[in-house]
Amino acid sequence: MPTATFEARYENLGRIGEFVSTAAKRAGLDDSAAYAVELATNEACTNIIEHGYGGESDNRIECSIEADDGGVTVVLLDWSRPFDPSRVPEADFSVPLEELNPRGAGLRLIRGSMDEVRFEPIPGKGNRLTMRKSR
Amino acid sequence: MVETMRMDKVDVVKAAGRIDSHSSPALKDAFDLLLNDGRNKLVFDMSEVEFLSSSGVWVLLETQKRARRKSKGDLVLANPSENIKKTLDLAGLMHFMKIFDGVDTAVAGF
Repeated sequence: MPTATFEARYENLGRIGEFVSTAAKRAGLDDSAAYAVELATNEACTNIIEHGYGGESDNRIECSIEADDGGVTVVLLDWSRPFDPSRVPEADFSVPLEELNPRGAGLRLIRGSMDEVRFEPIPGKGNRLTMRKSR
Repeated sequence: MVETMRMDKVDVVKAAGRIDSHSSPALKDAFDLLLNDGRNKLVFDMSEVEFLSSSGVWVLLETQKRARRKSKGDLVLANPSENIKKTLDLAGLMHFMKIFDGVDTAVAGF
């Protein structure tokens, strides 16, 4: 399984995106599906940096991507505080423009881009996020 | 990379490559510079934007909010890719955006 570790910095988002997008295309996903994998991974890593680690730092994000006959699975590991997605309010974009709030937008894009999304705390360590995109 | 082309009544901002949490502050700065100068008819040329994250989407929405506070002001999008349109749709934000197939058409729309 191709795995890469990145420092929790926004400047690394491009490299992380290229890593998963290249692997997804190599696995036979079309351009649209590979973009969706890149988008979800970008949003997840941004949330880890911003909310998990409290901003850019030397902390790590480990990214793995595995292909099988049906699609690809991306696994992100971080060593930040436990993340509970049920505590993030659902993004509501049905309100007028002036009342829009970005909270929850990343999570909405992650769930909308991928076919399966699973957040798991790793007690005493951090979090594992598993995201699957079918062909 | 962000470029601004000031025209008679409408200004065009053009970016290239990725717009994510690393690069979106530069885009915000370009829009803020125009808005702070009283310019509120804005076109964002996305023909060379390859990737747009939620942080980029948020810059567009914040810019649109500010632009629309003045009479006839707006931020409209020109030439977004299909992937970017899909992102806006997934986010549930397509209804906030006016999208044009070309910069000239977008400028003429004001």
